[in-house]
Amino acid sequence: MLADLAISTVKALVVLMTVLSLSAALLWVERKGSALIQDRIGANRANIFGGLLPFNLGLVNTLVADPIKMFTKEDVVPVSADKVLHFLAPCLAVFPVIVTFAAIPLGDVLVIGDRTINLQVADLNVGILYVLAMSSLGVYGVVLAGWASNSRWALLGGIRGSAQMISYEIAMGLALIGAVMAFGTLDLQAIARAQGETIAGVIPAWGILYQPLAFLIFLIAGIAETKRVPFDLPEGESELTSGFFTEYSGSKQAAFMLGDFAEIIVVSGLATTLFLGAWQVPFLARDGWHFPGGISLAMPHLAVVVLQLVSFVVKVLILSSFQILVRWSLPRYRYDQLMNLGWKSLLPLALLNVMVTGTIIVLLGRS
Amino acid sequence: MLDQYIGVLLTFGLGAVIVVAMVSGSMLLGERRRRQYEVMGEIFECGNPSTGPARGRFSVQFYLVAILFIVFDVEVVFMYPWALVFRALGVPGLIEMGIFIAVLGIGLGYVWKRGALEWN
Repeated sequence: MLADLAISTVKALVVLMTVLSLSAALLWVERKGSALIQDRIGANRANIFGGLLPFNLGLVNTLVADPIKMFTKEDVVPVSADKVLHFLAPCLAVFPVIVTFAAIPLGDVLVIGDRTINLQVADLNVGILYVLAMSSLGVYGVVLAGWASNSRWALLGGIRGSAQMISYEIAMGLALIGAVMAFGTLDLQAIARAQGETIAGVIPAWGILYQPLAFLIFLIAGIAETKRVPFDLPEGESELTSGFFTEYSGSKQAAFMLGDFAEIIVVSGLATTLFLGAWQVPFLARDGWHFPGGISLAMPHLAVVVLQLVSFVVKVLILSSFQILVRWSLPRYRYDQLMNLGWKSLLPLALLNVMVTGTIIVLLGRS
Repeated sequence: MLDQYIGVLLTFGLGAVIVVAMVSGSMLLGERRRRQYEVMGEIFECGNPSTGPARGRFSVQFYLVAILFIVFDVEVVFMYPWALVFRALGVPGLIEMGIFIAVLGIGLGYVWKRGALEWN
């Protein structure tokens, strides 16, 4: 019992640290990647070893210097703001996002001695519902930040943000229904295991092959949920200063930024789990490789686990980098275009996807 | 059954500690001024003197979106149990959900036609 508790604690810590460190890594990708896209040099001022290295990748800048700077800034709270809510809002913007990862499996099982450890903090049989519930709580952070600041920019950003997030949540939920129908379960680990099989013995049975439209809708709605370009109306720095977190400074603002990046990680993690084969490496089973054509290659258990973890992280990073590429390539939507896309395109498409999926499953089940 | 949720509870506890530590970081480590400047406490309005509290009226469209969200999101919640047992229900289940979605579609069409989704 005590050992189980200790294992659970370690797993929870590892998962939280994974989300935070992946977010930090993404921050670096964003700073340097945007520089690359815009033909700039990007962050390159701070360095250690007195600049002895012949190159500067900006790692010290983005991962050490900037956080230190953020944390040692003065914490300015407007006199007219609601002090309690002003503190609560950044907490609510980050907390639901990072705890979402508790239901997302990072790998299969790790066997140590006679103990089998599931590489997932909580093996919930309602994993998808938990993820949806948590991710929809994120809207409170936005709307409370806007309201508590008592500033026009912040309030406008908060209202825009809440309307946008709840609009796209419907499309997101409907897209996930297609995936639930295809897999017949809400358990994310079971969904991940189901994707280890192959179609006709050659193609890995990843969710994207069953639900390409749902994947697309989910990704678009997910980017909209993260409130980033092309859906960055709540922040829109050219119109609203910086939107709902205009009146935040220091580590509170850093918290909002971290929440943004953690949200990208969560959306990518969820998309990976449902549509891109989760932690599966094609043809890699628990005991080693099983290539089509009957060729097998045994592999030690630990190597398999490590490969699975690496596979998951790599998929998440690729999807996240894609979102950053989108963010730096596209212009911002107008608000009516944003609402039109959500309500008039994605929602009917998602409903259609549910019906088409249902029809196909019934037809295949018949024949 | 319930011990699955111990992991969730642990994540909640650890996550809360991390988040509160992060958000209050500037309060603990940040610079403190001995002298308070009055303008520091003002809200930002592009450098102009503030014109008072911001909480006034805003477009009714946002209320409409909120109400539409409630309607459609509840429908989505209804569809989850159905999607889960869909294979067991077979053709009758599909027809029933077809009717349900058709009603939903008519509702969406009505809202669309009445211009509740138009922004200007």
